[in-house]
Amino acid sequence: MSVVVIGAGMHPWGKQGRPFQEYGVAAARAALADAGVAWSDVQFVVGADTIRNGYPGFVAGATYARALGWSGARVASCYAACASGAQAVDLARARILAGLCDVALVVGADSTPKGFFTPVGGDRPDDPDWLRFRLLGATNPAYFALYARRRMALYGSTPADFAAVKVKNALAGALNPNARYRTPVTAEQVLASPMVADPLRLMDICATSDGGAAVVLASAAYARRLGVRSPVTLAAISTVTPTYPKTVLDLPDFATDPPVRESVPFRTALALAAYEEAGLGPEELSFAEVYDLSTALELDWMEDLGLCATGEADKLLRAGDTALGGRIPVNPSGGLASFGEAIPAQAIAQVCELTWQLRGEAGARQVEGALAAIAVNQGLFGHGSAIVAVR
Amino acid sequence: MIPGWFDGTHLLGTRCTSCQAVFFPPHHGFCRDPRCEGEELVEERLSRRGTVWSYTNACYPPPAPFVSAEPYVPVTLAAVELERERIVVLGQVKGLAVEDLRVGMELELTEGTLADGPSVWMWGPPR
Repeated sequence: MSVVVIGAGMHPWGKQGRPFQEYGVAAARAALADAGVAWSDVQFVVGADTIRNGYPGFVAGATYARALGWSGARVASCYAACASGAQAVDLARARILAGLCDVALVVGADSTPKGFFTPVGGDRPDDPDWLRFRLLGATNPAYFALYARRRMALYGSTPADFAAVKVKNALAGALNPNARYRTPVTAEQVLASPMVADPLRLMDICATSDGGAAVVLASAAYARRLGVRSPVTLAAISTVTPTYPKTVLDLPDFATDPPVRESVPFRTALALAAYEEAGLGPEELSFAEVYDLSTALELDWMEDLGLCATGEADKLLRAGDTALGGRIPVNPSGGLASFGEAIPAQAIAQVCELTWQLRGEAGARQVEGALAAIAVNQGLFGHGSAIVAVR
Repeated sequence: MIPGWFDGTHLLGTRCTSCQAVFFPPHHGFCRDPRCEGEELVEERLSRRGTVWSYTNACYPPPAPFVSAEPYVPVTLAAVELERERIVVLGQVKGLAVEDLRVGMELELTEGTLADGPSVWMWGPPR
């Protein structure tokens, strides 16, 4: 029994300023068309929620179902910060694996304001996310910068290394019609962009974007009946929590747990659970899509995923191993560097990229002979995911 | 600013009386260690010194609910590993800029004020 991806669709990322539903519906219709499945045949629809668009955002599954036309399908919605999309995919997968349905649609979309992500409004001193802004002015980039500075101190990474990540991802993004930023950049441009949170500059940090993504999942039997030949299989979805003691400062925390015993760092744990479920290891991956909220974080992810030893990511980057055409391309989609972040859509967009790459349909950014890939993310309040797909 | 977090000289955490783990911000009701059944957490003043785990600044005024000084002076932040408890605590830095900071250097807790008045803990040079 396996669950396969039979359709993938996106609305291009940008800052178009339209209601999020429009992006989600466009992506859903594209995914359904890609699958050759009629909306009325979808038995289960899951929406990954946005928290920035008022009450409708909180009921995303029904919002999309209504926009597509009430069809009587089973519906669910979920919010899990940056992992919302991954958990939505997991919900659909679980229902198919349980035999409760054969075909499901998963949709995520967001419409974002300009500037820093900010906490939900009001005077709310019981919310650590609100408090970190109120007491410290600690924005998301501030946390990314803490990791970047730590990386420089521990492993000797330099601002030039971070710039090289952006240059690499911009080059890939320029080849992706769904990316928001499609212009190659130079290291000089990155290093001359304004400092935002030392040592990270504007072009080191991912933007906040509008966008929508959707996938159609099905049982292998349903895909066969539909005539889909060698579909992309979801080999693992890991949505594990961190493990106590969590000794790395994560958004939106004020402090870590005390290091009372050894524990596997969160990002590593996400990947390990996925590898175990998929029955493969990092050496079998053809490429990886990682959550490059900052350029420096892409380097951390490479080590967390086991693509190289701790402290060695810069070496791979400098050797061109992680570029398109390299030994293990990282973010062949262009990554968040080229997309910006549309939170509930982002993890689903990663699955779209995995699908297109593994089908050999990624065009100019195709990873040659891609057979297996991982997509990972991490967000607020201990949320994260790792998805492995294989051909 | 937040009652029970900072007494003007020390950060206030809680210690689990069963496993002795220390938490900040103060955590009550049950121990955060899934292997510990402890339900009694008592307030404890935390080490005033520690070493810099990492640091950064905010070159642009952070958004609300932060209240920025006028004219804006970049906020410096440091994550400091406390000497005894070895937990890493984030705070604003007073009297030092990013140029003055290094990972591993020692800092000491001090009191500072936000632009609109409230008192908060801040990290400063050791005295």
